[in-house]
Amino acid sequence: MMRYSGFTLFRQGLSGHRGWQPAWDKATPKPAYDAVIVGGGGHGLATAYYLAKVHGLRRVAVLEKGWIGGGNTGRNTTVIRSNYFYPESVALYDFALRLYEGLSKELNYNIMLSQRGMLIAAHTPMQMEICTRIANAMQLNGVDGTLMSGAEARERLPLLNQTADARFACLGGVWQGRAGVARHDAVAWGYARAASALGVDIIENCTVTGLDIRGGRIAGVETTLGPIRNDRLGIAAAGATPGLAALAGVRLPIHTYALQAFVSEPVKPMLDTVLLYLGTGTYLSQSDKGELVFGGGLDRVPTHGQRGNLPSQETITSGLLEMFPAFGQLKLLRQWAGVVDVVPDSSPVIGPVGPEGLFINCGWGTGGFKAIPAGGWLLAHLLATGTHHEISRPFDLDRFARGRLIDEAAGSGIAH
Amino acid sequence: MQRFTCPFCGPRDETEFHFAAEAAKVRPEPAPEVTDAAWADHLYGTDAPKGHAREVWVHLTCGEFFVMTRNTVTRDVADTEALPGRRA
Ligand SMILES: Cc1cc2nc3c(=O)[nH]c(=O)nc-3n(C[C@H](O)[C@H](O)[C@H](O)COP(=O)(O)OP(=O)(O)OC[C@H]3O[C@@H](n4cnc5c(N)ncnc54)[C@H](O)[C@@H]3O)c2cc1C
Ligand SMILES: [Zn+2]
Repeated sequence: MMRYSGFTLFRQGLSGHRGWQPAWDKATPKPAYDAVIVGGGGHGLATAYYLAKVHGLRRVAVLEKGWIGGGNTGRNTTVIRSNYFYPESVALYDFALRLYEGLSKELNYNIMLSQRGMLIAAHTPMQMEICTRIANAMQLNGVDGTLMSGAEARERLPLLNQTADARFACLGGVWQGRAGVARHDAVAWGYARAASALGVDIIENCTVTGLDIRGGRIAGVETTLGPIRNDRLGIAAAGATPGLAALAGVRLPIHTYALQAFVSEPVKPMLDTVLLYLGTGTYLSQSDKGELVFGGGLDRVPTHGQRGNLPSQETITSGLLEMFPAFGQLKLLRQWAGVVDVVPDSSPVIGPVGPEGLFINCGWGTGGFKAIPAGGWLLAHLLATGTHHEISRPFDLDRFARGRLIDEAAGSGIAH
Repeated sequence: MQRFTCPFCGPRDETEFHFAAEAAKVRPEPAPEVTDAAWADHLYGTDAPKGHAREVWVHLTCGEFFVMTRNTVTRDVADTEALPGRRA
């Protein structure tokens, strides 16, 4: 693997940038692997990387039906944070954040992590109480959370609607300074490149169509590029996971919904943090290019179609204008949607299911980008050792039968 | 904006409706013999079908639950009908 550095950039510059090599090898399937991962999103690619790096498995393949990062990983609004409520969730998401903090260096790939902080803004005294409760929970869980006053918030966000008749006057909220954004494609590409360098096969345009199960064990997969033998299979296919699990006779507690996002034309720097309004559900950040990247709640109709619908678009964009009336003149450049896998308690499902050797990592719903390093680490641990890591144990599918749900929608009002 | 047809009120904006559950879920009985896993599957398990689906929806405005047959990829609605025992 060619190492990236200021020096390689300089040297390539001297030779007209003609010497760059592809970041990862385009592999074709071998007949057999030690472990196969379905889904070349962030979670699948990170899984492959940690399998090779941490557990020393080299005969590993990632199968992706389209192009890597073409699913939700390349469609999300890139917000990273660990301001959750339950200790189990904080252990998971803060583990991810800590891995993210060292990731550019570890992968030798700039994921453009920008810890610009995030404010979850409150608009009623009651919401302010909820924010106090979340800030307290964060401090008890040992992560950086503080309560921000209205005056402080208005100073940080001078363009906020501050008129006397503003419907959602900002009273302050919960602040996490280590939260921020990262380049989503770079996370997928960085993991792919590092995994490929360790010998992992990254196979694009390869759809898994069947599971080969013999005597209650995974024996392989059927794909559009032919059968592949393997006795350990990890599924990290987001909204497609229920259909794949069904091939093994497993039913999951998952509904799929479209989630949309939007990008405006670029403007000068005017917002140096991530902002979420509890009152409108709309959240936004400004990209390095100056575009406003924003989104909101789920579309209301369950679907597998990768496009959004109009009522949600109206809700989200009107939320944006409520926060920043000045944006009324901005033009939208793009709008798109991803199909996200939503679990009743808004927490992921990680663990073994069905036949021996089958493990899933799914249910990240609207918020799994921030979890990619941890999700990959934990699925790799399961595939390599066959047992849970202590962080993934509470997220096993058995929590539904044990009644130990981790309800983050109620706990922290999850939002991306 | 899509329009859904409530069997009781006729075509209305999609914002008046809410998805409730996949149709034809049968409550496992008898209760003392139902395992935790079977009960959890009844409460939470879904098929999340890609394509043809039969689902229970509620028309929020009139409060009636009904069955909708639709395609979850194209979102085309084929049919809506009252639940058994409810007459539109
Ligand atoms: C609009 C939007 C905004 C979001 N904003 C945020 C945010 O700000 N912060 C955050 O943390 N999260 C956010 N999310 C959620 C986040 O994007 C996802 O949780 C995360 O990307 C899931 O990663 P993944 O690797 O599990 O899935 P994906 O990236 O979706 O990867 C799954 C892959 O599996 C492939 N696949 C499916 N079926 C098969 C098959 N049969 N064979 C082979 N391959 C298959 C797909 O093609 C896909 O590439 C957002 C999501 C959306 C849609
Ligand atoms: Zn009605």
